[in-house]
Amino acid sequence: MKTNIQEIKDLSIGFKSQKGKQISILRNITTNIRKGETVGIVGESGSGKSTLALAMMGYIKHGLFTTGGECLFKSQNLLSLNNKELEDIRGRKIAMIPQNAGQALTPNLKIGYQIEEALRLHTDYSKTEREQKISELLNQVRLPSPKIMALRYPHELSGGQQQRVAVAMALAGNPELLLLDEPTTGLDVTTQAHVLELLKDIAKDTGTSMVYVSHDLGAIAQVCDRVIVMYAGEIVLEGPVRKILKEPIHPYTYGLLNSIPKLSLAGLPDSMPGSQPQPGNIENGCSFYDRCNFSNEKCKTQVPELEYLSEMDTSVRCFNHSEFISKTSEQKTKNHSQKEITIDEILDLKDVSISYAKQGIIDQFLNKVTDTNPTVKDINININKGETIALVGESGSGKSTILKSIAGLLKTKDGHIKFNKEKLLSSDLKKRNSDDLRSIQLIFQNPDESLNPNHTVEQILSQPLKLYFGLTGSKLKSSIAELLEKVRLGAFYMSRYPRQLSGGEKQRIAVARAFAARPDIILCDEVTSALDVSVQAAVLDLLQKLKEELGTTYVFVSHDLAVVKAISDRVAVLYQGRLCEIGPSKDVYQFPSHPYTEVLIGAVLEPDPDIKPKLVAEDIVEEKPPEIGCSFQGRCPRIIGDKCKNETPPWQFGDNGNAIRCHIDIEKLKIQQS
Amino acid sequence: MFFLIFKRFVLGLITLFIVSLITFIGVEILPGDACTSYLEREAFGEALAACVKRLGLDVPAYERYLSWAFNVIQGDFGYSLSGQMQINEVLGPRVKNSLVLASAAIIIGIPLALILGIITALWRDRMPDIIISTVAIFSMTIPEFISATLLILIVAIWLEWLPGIVIVPTDVTFFELLPNIILPVIAIAMIMTAHMARMVRSSVIQVMASDYIQMAILKGVPYWKMVFKHVLPNALLPAINVVALTIAWLLGGVVVTEVVFNYPGLGRLVIESISNRDLPVVQALGIILASIYVSINFIADLLTLMLNPRLKTLQTRK
Repeated sequence: MKTNIQEIKDLSIGFKSQKGKQISILRNITTNIRKGETVGIVGESGSGKSTLALAMMGYIKHGLFTTGGECLFKSQNLLSLNNKELEDIRGRKIAMIPQNAGQALTPNLKIGYQIEEALRLHTDYSKTEREQKISELLNQVRLPSPKIMALRYPHELSGGQQQRVAVAMALAGNPELLLLDEPTTGLDVTTQAHVLELLKDIAKDTGTSMVYVSHDLGAIAQVCDRVIVMYAGEIVLEGPVRKILKEPIHPYTYGLLNSIPKLSLAGLPDSMPGSQPQPGNIENGCSFYDRCNFSNEKCKTQVPELEYLSEMDTSVRCFNHSEFISKTSEQKTKNHSQKEITIDEILDLKDVSISYAKQGIIDQFLNKVTDTNPTVKDINININKGETIALVGESGSGKSTILKSIAGLLKTKDGHIKFNKEKLLSSDLKKRNSDDLRSIQLIFQNPDESLNPNHTVEQILSQPLKLYFGLTGSKLKSSIAELLEKVRLGAFYMSRYPRQLSGGEKQRIAVARAFAARPDIILCDEVTSALDVSVQAAVLDLLQKLKEELGTTYVFVSHDLAVVKAISDRVAVLYQGRLCEIGPSKDVYQFPSHPYTEVLIGAVLEPDPDIKPKLVAEDIVEEKPPEIGCSFQGRCPRIIGDKCKNETPPWQFGDNGNAIRCHIDIEKLKIQQS
Repeated sequence: MFFLIFKRFVLGLITLFIVSLITFIGVEILPGDACTSYLEREAFGEALAACVKRLGLDVPAYERYLSWAFNVIQGDFGYSLSGQMQINEVLGPRVKNSLVLASAAIIIGIPLALILGIITALWRDRMPDIIISTVAIFSMTIPEFISATLLILIVAIWLEWLPGIVIVPTDVTFFELLPNIILPVIAIAMIMTAHMARMVRSSVIQVMASDYIQMAILKGVPYWKMVFKHVLPNALLPAINVVALTIAWLLGGVVVTEVVFNYPGLGRLVIESISNRDLPVVQALGIILASIYVSINFIADLLTLMLNPRLKTLQTRK
């Protein structure tokens, strides 16, 4: 048995509420991190996973305090050390890779300086040796031209590059334990897969122990040896990664795994009812009792202990785990009624291009169009009534830009958007009439920002009802109650403010507000990206049900290919503001497909340690689409030469019904990709 | 970057032009004109005619504006009515006095505000913060005419340490002025320092709570090193604009304090020339105060642009 590098004994961390009550965020955590091992800590937001990771460095956030237990790093309790002693351990023995490197790098200091600082603090290198080492480190994290990179400021790098710099900085002190706090959340799929690959290589080469904190079971499956599942500040399940992900013997993990949409399965995943209890709201009994489908009387009154099952090398906190052992985790999905979409066009985007370039005063005066290479170009999409069409692509692919144009928030440069076959939608919002505005509604990514924090739910929902239908008094009230019922919330939510709601509830209110206008089309901009997986499944389910009930058309923007597959009828894949592929969703996910679609599908991380991502293209970030030729020429793994660089590729049609914009003959693509 | 600076500069000039128009039009649409308001009851017959002739009020307004603006550009504001002397001569010593007062307040106030702001932020919610913040809030909320009067009462009347009001000719030398300005400077600096210290405090606290400071701590950067390298450069950047506004406010004459202490600065000149209905001086002051604001803000923008790497590279890249 390997020696432990860190031992956490009975650790509890909490804060004092305004009433002076002590509220726990972490409750009696006991676990070990072994030498050379990568441990994943999984949980939804608010489960205490980040607090635990920070405690492993002896860092407790302002306002929190330890209420018991210890964090032993090589039998030294980090929580009882003073700042001076901690400075010698942090960065040198234990290093942290933060969640959002863009915000975790000091903005006024150059990359090179920030890495050198770590070297100066934690190594005995001379100045020249340090400079040498900076280049080495930047090389090790696969950043191009390290010499130039070192002179850059953090904001001059892309998200993936910033994350790599953070990795380099953490490696500078040659630590024995690396803590990673959601290191790939917020990165594009291909970038995420590459960063994970890098971390795995580093773990293998240096033998560093790693603690990987994430809500993303897909990422955990790729890098971890062992997994700790946290719920409401407790460890509920702990064991080898294969056991946890393939035979989850705790009902929470079981439900969590089932709520993740997967590429290999069609249809919407099962959703878990309810949400995680707030700290301090945990009554007697099991903290998962409210949401558990397998609970009994005992669970309500008694708190289950973490029980170690030696035959599985797994610890579990559940009275009924033995019932689970026999159960195979076969995922059920609800097949949404794949009703045939009749060709009944509701929205027609023709030759749409959108430019962010500002016209100079003189050009404006001469009415001259200067931008020959707009952000979004040549978009042709017809959308049928009652259909869900998804726009997929990485950041910078122009998917949200197109959505804003349909909504009228951004002017188009060329082309037109036609509504209901005959009506041209003005690209100027002010020229659209009230009915046009009513027919197209938008749901935003982050309900925290899209709901006015000073309005009650009633005020939020009454606005569209007053504006479009002139409702007042009891009619208004009953309509609001009806809307709330539609999104599965009770009428008592009316008097609540957004801050009194959970993430999922807030997004339901945002959905209700969009439906209040009785729109024909709803534009969904990454509506589930800010939500936890178990909540995401419920919101997707709600959207699907509302659509079946009301026949609404969705334009669904997402970067998550699995989510898109679960909810959409048709998919349009975008790269750098140009369409690459469009077709029925079941066919887009099959080959032959556009090389970019292939890259995207390959990079998806499934929550299964045996399914590895296929990394076929570099994750370079292109600032601008190429002026001529194929938009994907810079990264295409199947590029066939000058033709791709000079000629705009033609549309080709596969036998499945999907259309691909590529120079390679579709039959050849089929052979290459099979 | 150069283009941006140039744009700022041109915008500043346009602002000044508009201010000059507004002051000119404002004076123009007042009932009566410079002569009637100056001569008051004697404003009839020959005296009025002579005055109108002397000030050139018989030519059309736009011509007067043009010749006035042309002279202003050359630095000539014309004649004041009351003293019948050149406005430049009236302004000169006043500007100097205001500068002395403002510089003294700036030299004492700004470093003090920075130090207090940083101390309160770093010792947040502990004794140093509680004491300093309480004092700061007090000196912010007490109106300056009360604090100034109290200062006079305690220091000048009870203790008899310093002169209570400034009774010196307008054109005294610097050293003669010095003992006189101590009390006004204290009165001004109290308010100014309190305001800026609070600003610096919240800015430092905000930066201390940021992800990159947590990262610096977790990287093992020693505390004071972290404060000077990671916290302050980022926290003090937004303070530049506040400092600039404060300086402009000081230079523009702290009207109330100057009146209470009878200090011969620009602020008191504003009050005097308004009550004397000396319209040419009011016009000249309008332009001068506007130029002070515009140029100080321009300098602050330049500084921010130079010190913030984010803005610097954004502009050069384009």
